Amino acid sequence: MADTLLSVKDLVVEFPHRRGNLRALDQISFNIDRGEILGVVGESGAGKSLTGAAIIGLLEPPGHVAGGSIELDGRRIDNISAAEMRKIRGRKIGMVFQDPLTSLNPILTIADQLIETIQVHLKMSDKEARKQAIKLLDDVGIPAASKRIDDYPHQFSGGMRQRVVIALALAGEPELIVADEPTTALDVSVQAQIIDVLKNTCKEHGAAVMLVTHDMGVIAETCDRVAVMYAGRLAEIGPVREVIKHPKHPYTIGLMGSIPSLAHQVDRLVQIPGSMPRLDNIPTGCAFNPRCNKVFDRCRTERPDLIAVEGNLAACWLHAEEATA
Amino acid sequence: MLAFIIRRLIQSIAVMLTVALISFTLFQFVGDPINNMLGQEASRDDRAELRQRLGLNDPVPIQFVRFVGNAVRGDFGISYRMARPVSTVIMERLPATLELAFVSGLFALTLGIVLGVYTALKRDGWLSNFIMTASLVGVSLPTFVIGILLIYLFAVELQWLPSFGRGELVQITDNWRTGLLTESGRKSLILPAITLGLFQLTLIMRLVRAEMLEVLRTDYIKFARARGLSQRAIHFHHALKNTLLPVITITGLQLGSIIAFAIITETVFQWPGVGLLFITAINFVDIPMMSAYLILIAFIFVIINLIVDLLYFLVDPRLRAEKSGGH
Repeated sequence: MADTLLSVKDLVVEFPHRRGNLRALDQISFNIDRGEILGVVGESGAGKSLTGAAIIGLLEPPGHVAGGSIELDGRRIDNISAAEMRKIRGRKIGMVFQDPLTSLNPILTIADQLIETIQVHLKMSDKEARKQAIKLLDDVGIPAASKRIDDYPHQFSGGMRQRVVIALALAGEPELIVADEPTTALDVSVQAQIIDVLKNTCKEHGAAVMLVTHDMGVIAETCDRVAVMYAGRLAEIGPVREVIKHPKHPYTIGLMGSIPSLAHQVDRLVQIPGSMPRLDNIPTGCAFNPRCNKVFDRCRTERPDLIAVEGNLAACWLHAEEATA
Repeated sequence: MLAFIIRRLIQSIAVMLTVALISFTLFQFVGDPINNMLGQEASRDDRAELRQRLGLNDPVPIQFVRFVGNAVRGDFGISYRMARPVSTVIMERLPATLELAFVSGLFALTLGIVLGVYTALKRDGWLSNFIMTASLVGVSLPTFVIGILLIYLFAVELQWLPSFGRGELVQITDNWRTGLLTESGRKSLILPAITLGLFQLTLIMRLVRAEMLEVLRTDYIKFARARGLSQRAIHFHHALKNTLLPVITITGLQLGSIIAFAIITETVFQWPGVGLLFITAINFVDIPMMSAYLILIAFIFVIINLIVDLLYFLVDPRLRAEKSGGH
């Protein structure tokens, strides 16, 4: 594919532990195309945020990439030096964090933080950078941007701060934004606005987005494709309509069934029995097998790879049976 | 802002009045000053006359009001021992203490911040570990032991630096004679300044280190990293400023205690400052001198506190008046 921006292959992230290594991410593979929005969903601890951190090279030690590769624009970025990675951060890959209240430095003005970031990445004079900063704030919908730019973070509301954070993430004109649950810490009433801002400004600036969230509603409205993660592995990935309307992996089916809907009257939401295994206790074979209602022998012994089923890729032996049978 | 300053001023005045009351009661409870001043042989008439002259026969509240009134004008009475005005004696001695406190405060602050930042950034380096271990000495050894050890090493054994006094002095104004302008004066300052500043140094260093580590863990530092800012900009522009906020308060208060605790260092090094003056005053029950010293130290503390509060105001934008609230 000519327009592949990010390519993650068999990514493994491990944390050293008393009894051997904990595998927090286990052979994750996916691509993000230019300008595309990929949603990443899963339960807490499934490895969504960790995937984002690994891509931008900000894993908290002692966590480290223990296998696989991450390529940006056809160039490997998982094994380059810290100095080279710093040139990529902000310039090629931007990041939006979860909590806008703590993401901004409280004692520097918005102008300080924006202009500094712009000048790190783009050759601009102070004046040009300030103009660019005001334009960015304008783009993310800060009213009276040229006045508010000299305010401090505490003078903005939570939603406004997250807009500033998005402007900061876009300051170096990156090609990819990793947004790690950008609306989780916000008021429900502004969540939709922020998602719109994120989607539209990234489109205007030509940036692809990896949107980590556990809000399926956001995924459905925003994303082009969606990846479902479970216990550090990829369960299913595919176009958003396909995954939502015709999920292939039993875990995805359960996940979709657990979302309340206004259109269909349901007495009781579907619940997946049990809970996600701890990282030091992942079952052999398919990680989902103890909770799966369609489990059979092969699931308990052999780990399924991603198998193509009707436009989706699903890591489930059910579909291998179908394919071979 | 103005309301804030006025409020702080009123509080400061209340503190000063309380301290004045305490030092005033010294006169009432610590022996009979007439005995100290005139000795055993004085006649009854002499005593009565002096008592009258010093106003010791007036009711206590009136004496207090007079005491405060005089103190405000800088008049703390006559030293029992030296028979000279207390304020003159103190003004002669104060420059020595201020010079010592200033130099050791500067020493503690700069080295404390530098070492604190270093040990925070190179958390696992052997040098950091060494500094942290060595700093325990500064925290746990009492000042006079450190002073004596330094004298033994640098004055007695190595004979590099003088062990007592201020060295050669240069007259600047009537009351202010400085040792900073002569080589022997500067040499004499080194050991007492280190002795006095070592505890504050380790305190500031440990505080800066802890604060810095805390700040480096915050989201806005992570976000700064994710924006590709250089290590330098992150550490010294984003982190250090936030680190220094609480450090300002502690340092300000420490400067006050440097001046107050100079007593011990001045005694060890026979440094002719107000601390030494105070110790001698205690030995001779020179009550005007003691009470004046008490008030002076309280005054310095109050002033420093006021300055620290104002500084905090200037440094932390969150405390400044809101220009426009978010919507």
